Amino acid sequence: MKRRHVEEGIMKLLMLFSYTLLIAGLGLVLLTVLVKGLPALNLAMVTQVPKGGYYLGKEGGILNAILGSLYLAAGGTLLALVFSLPISLYLQAYVRRSPWAGYVRLTLDVMWGIPSIVYGAFGFIVLLAMGMRASLLGGILVLALLELPIMTRAMDEVIRMMPTDLEKASFALGSTRLETALKVVTRQMLPGIITAILLAFGRGIGDAASVLFVAGYTDRIPTSLFRPVASLPLAVFFQLGTPFPEVQQRAYAAALLLTLIILATSLGARWLAGRLGKFTIR
Amino acid sequence: MEAHVEVRNLNVYYGYDQALKNINLQIPKRQITVIMGPSGCGKTTLLKSLNRFLELEDLARLDGEVLIDGENIYAPQMDVTEIRKKTGLLAQRPHPLPMSIYDNVAYGLRIHRMCKKGHQLDAKVQHYLEEAGLWGEVKDRLHAPASGLSIGQQQRLCLARGLAVEPEILLGDEPTSALDPISAQHIEKRLQALKNEYTIVLVTHILRQAKRLADYVIFMYLGELIEFGPAAQVFEQPQQEKTRAYLEGQF
Repeated sequence: MKRRHVEEGIMKLLMLFSYTLLIAGLGLVLLTVLVKGLPALNLAMVTQVPKGGYYLGKEGGILNAILGSLYLAAGGTLLALVFSLPISLYLQAYVRRSPWAGYVRLTLDVMWGIPSIVYGAFGFIVLLAMGMRASLLGGILVLALLELPIMTRAMDEVIRMMPTDLEKASFALGSTRLETALKVVTRQMLPGIITAILLAFGRGIGDAASVLFVAGYTDRIPTSLFRPVASLPLAVFFQLGTPFPEVQQRAYAAALLLTLIILATSLGARWLAGRLGKFTIR
Repeated sequence: MEAHVEVRNLNVYYGYDQALKNINLQIPKRQITVIMGPSGCGKTTLLKSLNRFLELEDLARLDGEVLIDGENIYAPQMDVTEIRKKTGLLAQRPHPLPMSIYDNVAYGLRIHRMCKKGHQLDAKVQHYLEEAGLWGEVKDRLHAPASGLSIGQQQRLCLARGLAVEPEILLGDEPTSALDPISAQHIEKRLQALKNEYTIVLVTHILRQAKRLADYVIFMYLGELIEFGPAAQVFEQPQQEKTRAYLEGQF
């Protein structure tokens, strides 16, 4: 056999190896969560809040954490979207490759690199200074801050792939930059934008450190933005920290639920992006 | 000859390179004016200066005047969107918008609020698709993605889309160069039919196409206007040595 064929064979094996490792990792994580969590999963888990002695192994569920996480992540994602879509469209439509765009992107990249516990601590100090307590609102604000750079940079990359000729086609018809950004760029980019939103949502709902101080934890379902709120990552954390095996098992059930929520959002978004991508120009 | 567009002392620079050198010319109303010349002679630059597309390029700089209906389109008080609405553009390759066939044509009508009622919109979309010679092929799939059309159909869709905003002038930047011969012929026929209503300015480097379509001819070479006149005169009795050489295929 020739040398070049041997080289190619080795490369192929390497790629196969890495891929197998990746899949195996994912499989093992899912398997652990399933095997350990599934026995503890029952209707009460998803329909009830913790009752007295829940953390000692008595009755109740984690509806407080499920709803809390959904409130937090949905609120944070929505708030982040309100800022990141205009920022990314501005980068594309007005500043492009100017130094300004570079500074904005650098800022976002730095923000992306900040560990979430730092956001949490920062948010906590701000809350204290404002005389507020750990609350749903605080959690939403910090999550928005955490998600903003991820969402904006993901959107920015998507929007940068926008063919400029498409914009010119819109300009040629006498549309303004704003109309072009809203009606043409956004449409072309919609599938990518949805993916960016989902990416941020996934990061937000799975993050424990940022909400640790600012959202608090409670056994109740929050009734207002100013009440503390529970979250699934923290539910996993607290339950896993107890010395009781049955409570630890519930931690895996909570992890399983969190995984399922992210999986469902991911699949839903894919389906939506596929439908909306019908009109995309390739 | 009634001039629709007038170019006065037009100079265009890309960075330090001068792309157009002191161009003066008049483009007659409701005729097909063809701009020809070898590659890099400034044909496309001249065309882009007529709808203020040059300002979309990073390094382009322009001085001089371009008058449409006697108004300088580079005057500070001019609204660039109005100018572009007045001058439709057919690009080298068709670029349908990321929406349905119907919405592509309706896009301009909507942004300029040219239709008050829904059924008017339907009628206009049909009208302009007919004008572009595409209606018969797409009438049963108006809401299908425009990207699903063939390249030739896409170019006719772009023509319909451009006509829908009721321009007075149609600019074509080698609009058939990416098309197969039959689609190209289709576009040429449409342009000939449309010249009764529109002033058409066409860039081409296909000499035969210029001969088939042109009423007036602009011949350019290295950024300079070499010759301008009625097609018959330029093709039969060119006044300039360079024009003669180009027509004989020397460059």
